[in-house]
Amino acid sequence: MFSKKNLKLITDPFNDSNPITVQILGICSALAITVQLKQAVIMALSVTVVTGFSNLVLSMIRNYVPNRIRIIVQLVIVAALVILVDQMLKAYVYDVSKQLSVFVGLIITNCIVMGRIEAFALANKPWPSFVDGIGNGLGYGLILVTIGVIRELTGSGKLWGIQIVPDAFYAAGYVNNGLMILPPMALITVGCIIWFQRSRNTKLIEN
Amino acid sequence: MALDINSNKYTFAFSTVMVVVVAVLLALASEGLKPMQNANIRIEKMQNILSSVGVKTTAEQADSSYTALIKESFVLDVEGNVKETPSQEAFDIDVLAQYKDKEKLDADKEYPLFVCEKDGRRSYIVPMVGTGLWGPIWGYMAISSDGITVEGASFDHKSETPGLGAEINTSWFQAPFVGKKIFNDAGEFSPIKAVKGGAADDDMHGVDAISGGTITSNGLSAMIANTLKIYTKYFKEMQASSASVDISTLPLDSLAVDSLALDSLTIDTLVSQPIK
Repeated sequence: MFSKKNLKLITDPFNDSNPITVQILGICSALAITVQLKQAVIMALSVTVVTGFSNLVLSMIRNYVPNRIRIIVQLVIVAALVILVDQMLKAYVYDVSKQLSVFVGLIITNCIVMGRIEAFALANKPWPSFVDGIGNGLGYGLILVTIGVIRELTGSGKLWGIQIVPDAFYAAGYVNNGLMILPPMALITVGCIIWFQRSRNTKLIEN
Repeated sequence: MALDINSNKYTFAFSTVMVVVVAVLLALASEGLKPMQNANIRIEKMQNILSSVGVKTTAEQADSSYTALIKESFVLDVEGNVKETPSQEAFDIDVLAQYKDKEKLDADKEYPLFVCEKDGRRSYIVPMVGTGLWGPIWGYMAISSDGITVEGASFDHKSETPGLGAEINTSWFQAPFVGKKIFNDAGEFSPIKAVKGGAADDDMHGVDAISGGTITSNGLSAMIANTLKIYTKYFKEMQASSASVDISTLPLDSLAVDSLALDSLTIDTLVSQPIK
């Protein structure tokens, strides 16, 4: 079940083929939803679930899908899964779903989901496809959490809503970095992470 | 006969089956989860009503806090008279749906009012609904028992711009409403307005609007004006009745008690004395 090949499907997206920093997919949500760590984590979990299960479903029906409506079928399956996730969030974690609001619906447009379907699920068996989906979702989640920690800590002095920067710092003149709350700084942060990753991982350096 | 998955017939059949299966699945999920979702919405409504009087509750405490603090609720009609037989409980009236319903006749419209008793003081909470820039906005305003002073307000929105119009649901925007008045000194209705460029410090009927959120702020002012207008009759009656029973304002010597021995004082004796 977890052969060496399948295990690689989970571990690769953490570093060598990270969806955000290497495949450059899913950037939009990485900028929008990482202002707070809690939102970033919920979004990462939602994308992981959607990518995993959409990979699974599409892989199961891959031999029966007419070629002409391939993309439409992918859209319908992904949209249905996202609606299911949205409904469950509204039922079980209502305050979080209010914070995520429109962004949950936008998971449908997250390039990672359709990207992995096209690149993997349509040409591989169901179980490896599911594992690949989960792996990519987790790799995406790793970057999201990293950016979320940086942005929430420097931009509002909190982590998961809990005040981390002590009041004494504010009294002494420390001010939250308001720029960190805006998308441009998030993009620069992603750039810095890519820079850091490439300098450590020689496999990614292009000649 | 091999199945040609790229033939027209198969493509049509596949699409039909897929659409039906997905639709059934989503309908089942939606219906199954609806009770939990509706419970969450009710709790949120309770939290919003309570926050207009400055009471912050968690989702778990909301129900018990609400029952403890909100003692009464009733429904007014469009004229401002209390409806004896409303179509629903005040809490269940969906003011947003009523606002959007263009077909509904004014005579059928219902306006809830919630009465909160906290620390021995009564507040009257008015649900409001209006239009922001991108979608509906709503809120609750608590009026104290004098029928004039605002005890607090809470607002929320569906899709206003984050950082701009969306700021109406933050405490910095809502806090200045406390202590404002909805009637001026001449007794005329003067709703609270969000003033562009900032309200004067002594302005009893204005708060600061949101910079960069002019349309939302204007929509909010209109919402307050249009909704409170319905309740003015009720609040004016409340002002009149609170003035007539306020004997603390009467000078003491107008109560002709000093000529009677205290042990012969009965209710009948007091009532028969003239109050000048």
